[in-house]
Amino acid sequence: MGESGWRVHVDPTRCIGAGICASYAPAHFVLVDGLSRPVTERIEPADAVLDAAESCPMEAIVVSDAGDGSRVAPEP
Amino acid sequence: MTETTTHTTSARPYPFSEPYRLDIDPLFAGLRRDEPLVRVQLPFGEPAWLATRHADVRTVLGDPRFSRAAAVGRDEPRSFPHQWDVGIIGMDPPEHSRLRRLVAKAFTARRVEELRPRTRELADELVTGMIAAGSPADLVAHVATPLPIRVICDLLGVPVADQDRFHTWSEAIVSTTSLRPEVARSYIDQLLSYMAGLIAQRRVTPTDDLIGAMVRARDENADRLTENEVVHLAAGLLAAGHETTVTQIPNLVYVLLTEPDVWQRLVDEPSLVPSAVEELLRFIPLGASAVFARYALEDVELGGVLVRAGEPVLASIPSANRDETVFPDADRLDLDRETNPHLAFGHGPHHCIGAQLARMEFQVVLETLLNRTPGLRLAEPPAALTWKRGLLVRGLTALPVSW
Repeated sequence: MGESGWRVHVDPTRCIGAGICASYAPAHFVLVDGLSRPVTERIEPADAVLDAAESCPMEAIVVSDAGDGSRVAPEP
Repeated sequence: MTETTTHTTSARPYPFSEPYRLDIDPLFAGLRRDEPLVRVQLPFGEPAWLATRHADVRTVLGDPRFSRAAAVGRDEPRSFPHQWDVGIIGMDPPEHSRLRRLVAKAFTARRVEELRPRTRELADELVTGMIAAGSPADLVAHVATPLPIRVICDLLGVPVADQDRFHTWSEAIVSTTSLRPEVARSYIDQLLSYMAGLIAQRRVTPTDDLIGAMVRARDENADRLTENEVVHLAAGLLAAGHETTVTQIPNLVYVLLTEPDVWQRLVDEPSLVPSAVEELLRFIPLGASAVFARYALEDVELGGVLVRAGEPVLASIPSANRDETVFPDADRLDLDRETNPHLAFGHGPHHCIGAQLARMEFQVVLETLLNRTPGLRLAEPPAALTWKRGLLVRGLTALPVSW
């Protein structure tokens, strides 16, 4: 078996610092100098992270499967 | 009403002064420096803290220790007598996320970009109509009002032919004293029943527009979404989706026409329009009061004050946008700011869902006017212009321009 869990990436060139993700999933996103960053890249699956990725107006958050790299969120 | 808090300083009446044009009360600068969290008393409701610094405003709006849902059942600080169900603006995550996700996809930067060509055509058509009407003409009636209405109608799937009705009703969502409470309530009810009718139509004839998509989502997830939630959300998108944009477009143009050097620079360098829009959004104190207090869920140290659990805190976005520690020479309109982290669209879970759409509309309107009417100027002196009153937002009743 490969790795389990998810990987979270925030594209700093897309992020506008709206702060939605850090409010939806405060354990997983933090604003540094006004822009969002994942607290840790590897996480256990969490609904709040899906909410954050699906609600980002810039689609700057990408959640992928740590095992096979397939995209978990956002939906296309 | 009984004042139960133990604060020794008395609350200042808020707003501190009657809004005057687009000026910001100079008191804010002193408060940011000396008393960043200040006790205020709005015309209705309990006293509250008001945050005035950029960092504190962001904390109040984005930190989960400050709750909108906790406002339920409280005598919220407000500028209007009524207290109504405000739907999604009264929710915290994850309740809030459940509803926002239903429509968030339609308002991403990517989806909004797809609407830009059609919005350009609309803007061009409307400016052509204004030019044909002859100089001077009212920019509010010719451009600023019809453009956002048509854009949101196309997106949601609302008939443009109904605009006179729903535009009238929509004033109720930004009214403080401009409408009598019973009139405002009746407008809200009419807007909701109008939207319920459009939703019912889609059950008979499905559509590809956003209301159609919301209806499908509701019918596929009946356990997660109530009919009432969908009706409120769709009505909110229609009303908020144009009311603020209609008001803000004339503000943007007004500021540029009162700074002719800046207007001319944009005529010469239209590629600066996106950064000019951000700077104008920072510079214009759109809010005439403060609204939607957040309630502290625990004791929180903020701006040198211990906010106690259960206390309401308001945030002044106009003040945050003039915070000198974030924006050097903050009272100057400066198109060359390297970064512009203004909070004009709010922050945190309630960050304006239509932010990218509004940005695109502002950019398109300015680009079109700069291109078609480079000699645009105010047709009346600023002192002769009339400003709306009794609203949560500041705006002109008319903007006579010549070219």
